[in-house]
Amino acid sequence: MTLGHSLTLSGAALIALPSGGLFWPDEGLLCVSDLHLGRSERMARRAGALLPPYDSAATLARLDADIEAVRPARVICLGDSFDDLAAAEAMDEADRLWLLRLMAGRDWLWIEGNHDPGPIDIGGAHLESLRVGPLSFRHIAEPDGGAEVSGHFHPKARIAGLSRPCFVTDGSRLVLPAYGSYTGGLDCTTPALRDLFGKGARVILTGPRPIVAPLDQISPRSSSLSR
Amino acid sequence: MPALPRPLADWFSAQSWALHPHQTDMLARAGRASTLLIAPTGGGKTLAGFLPSLAELAQGHAGLHTLYISPLKALTADIRRNLRAPVEGAGLPIRIEDRTGDTPYTQRRRQRADPPHILLTTPESLALLLSYEDAPRIFSGLQRVIVDEIHALAESKRGDQLMLCLARLARLAPGLRRVGLSATVEDPPALARYLGPDTAILQADPGPDPDISMLDTGAPPPWAGGGGRHAIPAILDQVRRHRTTLIFHNTRAQAELFFHHLWLANEDSLPIGIHHGSLAREQRERVEAAMAAGKLRAVVCTGSLDLGIDWGDVDLVIQVGAPKNVKRLVQRIGRANHRYNAPSKALLVPANRFEVVECVAALQAVRDHDLDGEPRGPGPRDVLCQHILMTAASGPFEADALFAEVREAGPYGSLTRPEFDACLDFVATGGYALRAYDRWQRLVLRDGRWQLRDPRQAAVIRQNLGTIIDVETLKVRLKGRPGGTPLGEVEEGFASTLTPGDTFLIGGEIVRYEGLREMTVEVTRQPGRDPKVAVFNGTKFATSTLLTQRILRMFQQEAWPDLPRHTAEWLALQRDVSRLPEPDRLLLESFPHDGREHLCVYGFAGRNGQQTLGLLLTKRMEETGLAPLGFVATDYATLIWGLEPVTDPAPLFDIAALRDGLEGWLSGNAVMKRTFRASAIIAGLIERSHQGRRKTGRQATFSSDILYDTLHRFDPGHLLLDITRQEAMRGLVDFARIEEMIARTEGRIDLVRLDRVTPLAAPLFLEPGRIPVQGEGRERLAEAAAERLMKAAGLA
Repeated sequence: MTLGHSLTLSGAALIALPSGGLFWPDEGLLCVSDLHLGRSERMARRAGALLPPYDSAATLARLDADIEAVRPARVICLGDSFDDLAAAEAMDEADRLWLLRLMAGRDWLWIEGNHDPGPIDIGGAHLESLRVGPLSFRHIAEPDGGAEVSGHFHPKARIAGLSRPCFVTDGSRLVLPAYGSYTGGLDCTTPALRDLFGKGARVILTGPRPIVAPLDQISPRSSSLSR
Repeated sequence: MPALPRPLADWFSAQSWALHPHQTDMLARAGRASTLLIAPTGGGKTLAGFLPSLAELAQGHAGLHTLYISPLKALTADIRRNLRAPVEGAGLPIRIEDRTGDTPYTQRRRQRADPPHILLTTPESLALLLSYEDAPRIFSGLQRVIVDEIHALAESKRGDQLMLCLARLARLAPGLRRVGLSATVEDPPALARYLGPDTAILQADPGPDPDISMLDTGAPPPWAGGGGRHAIPAILDQVRRHRTTLIFHNTRAQAELFFHHLWLANEDSLPIGIHHGSLAREQRERVEAAMAAGKLRAVVCTGSLDLGIDWGDVDLVIQVGAPKNVKRLVQRIGRANHRYNAPSKALLVPANRFEVVECVAALQAVRDHDLDGEPRGPGPRDVLCQHILMTAASGPFEADALFAEVREAGPYGSLTRPEFDACLDFVATGGYALRAYDRWQRLVLRDGRWQLRDPRQAAVIRQNLGTIIDVETLKVRLKGRPGGTPLGEVEEGFASTLTPGDTFLIGGEIVRYEGLREMTVEVTRQPGRDPKVAVFNGTKFATSTLLTQRILRMFQQEAWPDLPRHTAEWLALQRDVSRLPEPDRLLLESFPHDGREHLCVYGFAGRNGQQTLGLLLTKRMEETGLAPLGFVATDYATLIWGLEPVTDPAPLFDIAALRDGLEGWLSGNAVMKRTFRASAIIAGLIERSHQGRRKTGRQATFSSDILYDTLHRFDPGHLLLDITRQEAMRGLVDFARIEEMIARTEGRIDLVRLDRVTPLAAPLFLEPGRIPVQGEGRERLAEAAAERLMKAAGLA
């Protein structure tokens, strides 16, 4: 039974998990991006819609299952872990305890994102970016960065009518899908995202089977019409 | 009885107009609290509704006196024109204005400050008016409210919303009198209760039976498909022989295709127009004006012309495609010949062979005065949630008073206090089991009155008023003319299937898709090329139980002397290669086609029932490894395709298992999610996306599907899921008809294995509205497609 889809990034052997997480067995490292915890709370605070406030629990349940499956020594949350800093403050007590339980006994690294730039009152280390072996981990891909793992874009792809969050990689750069609920997505053919990658880039769909397809063969949706 | 004011009476006699008995009756009943007038089209219903208002207004009145509500914007403008003649002719000091979404902002503002005597509007515009703080002032002097085409409004949530608004109006204007105007309906007392307590029914003379038959086209209709192209020469011939013909189609796409081909065949250049809801307003108005001026010999149209608009010159109605519902057919036929007491003339044009059978069944039902109709359930609670929001937008309210008011609305007469409180709680706090939003609730209770926490919310609430959940549409414009008049609108779903170079039909023109620019579909004209089938927007009605039963009985005949020969031969061929469905047996056909295995289930349970059956069956097939890929349902059958053939159907049709499936399936199928989305928008959980305000790219709205899944998992008892289940029971699911099918067939299942598509199954392959099954089969296909792509790119 394989955990997910194996891929190599600048020499590092990684596994793209069906959940959207990234596992690096040699380092015992699990990386997830764009959890957007507290998104529904932030919407409510801004007098927007009162969305079902279970998104954080759904995200944490997914993370719990991944941690249970791969038993990482180190977890990297690759930015936009909280929908904003106030959402981190206002986190539901049960969710907070759940998160603390997941953090216990392992290295936990919060990388800053555009939604959560700054320290948060929760354990773990806070960094702008991180280098592990050959790889750099940061929230937003740098224009000419190589050997880099990032998030931010919430990439999605549509193959044979199946639309899912996806990983995008060209062997030197890897963009992770958004791990959180209620996060929406950006079509992977959008120039802002597509232009980050060189020749031979491919997408790996999240979901029960790791479906892999070449990025330049995916036809764009006629707009970002996905709902 | 208030006499007709002298000037008006004089004007009528000058026109040699004599009032019909029911029109004088309406004058006599002017003082009654509530009256439902049932009259055939052409009976001067609308004038009957307005006469008491004109009589009272002739005496003088300050401010708003009469509110007229119609389901169609076009109707309000038309009524304004029609009323102007007698009012101006008689020199009455009455100001009449309409107010719809199309009314310019400045005029709407002025109307609030200085309302006319008679305001003509729609349910949505009324709800909007009521959401303003000055609603009490605007409506305090209101005397009468006229609800036109109430039979049509009562069939949708628009009617429920309107009845709630009428209850509100009754509070603002004590003594308000109601009038409902309706075409022929099967159960008048039920409609009277709907309009309000103490509603008296006034039934006008229904007039003579219509002159209705099937059009003899010479050539037989095609084996499958819709549109009625084969009948164009015969239809043109009829148009030539009549003054004005209305040519009804069941879907906009079919109307477009038909219109296109009609023009190609229109060698005499007869003036013929097209009218449907996807066309730009300017274009519809041009057609309406030309029609009113008697300049058109025919209009190709859809349900957009089902109602209202008194065109005296229409002397023939042609229905292309199966009528689906006898009551609506009778109402459509009424569009022809507005001369009271003359028979309406109508022709039915079946678009394919199956529809021939349905048309013959419908003709017999019309002859027998056998109208179909289904009883209404209780008022939907998502509409109530929106009404509570609307009330809050207009100002603070007390829960007790609002509850009492809501119960005055016909559809909500049996609403319980706990049900009301649950809706109020949802609106205020989100209604989640986990009370997460106590601090951020939408409504707060201050001094015993509920009000908006953030007054700025009122603007958002107003933008989201209404119960029509349109499929999102995009405007279509000619490339290089960004400011030019749009050609029309297409569904977002349709637009997303287009790639540059594709051609489609809109407004009778073939256009080439060039690209998408700022949420506008850019096209160029492309005359002379064959269009890709226009599949945008299709209203799908379910064939009524009454009609499907008549069809099943007809199948049992030894021979079919009532049917044209081609159709009788087709049925005989079906009987020969397979068999015909029988009322007390369930026929299944299994055959391979185009690399997929197919199963065709002739349940005759109506479109919605067959759709539910498709969902339940594919779920069970998925569980047993048959890898279904999708299905499509019509009124008489469901066609399922997948990777493996079905060899043992009995376990699939076990009623207990089907019921279990119904309980269990709620956890994730497209129909339930679509139902949820509509209710979530109406109830105010998700905002409508407005053109221009649409979020783009990374901020794309999370899908309502995810909200549905989250609620289902963490809060299965939530009000919105409860509403969704109830909705699905009566609307899209229609499990009762599946129960009825199982009961009548009692396990007598015939599975016929064939090596190819059968005559009866063929039309299903051309049905739009295919529903994909997200399962093993689709994963396998995506995997294969990805592999091919990898190979193509030289990566594997």
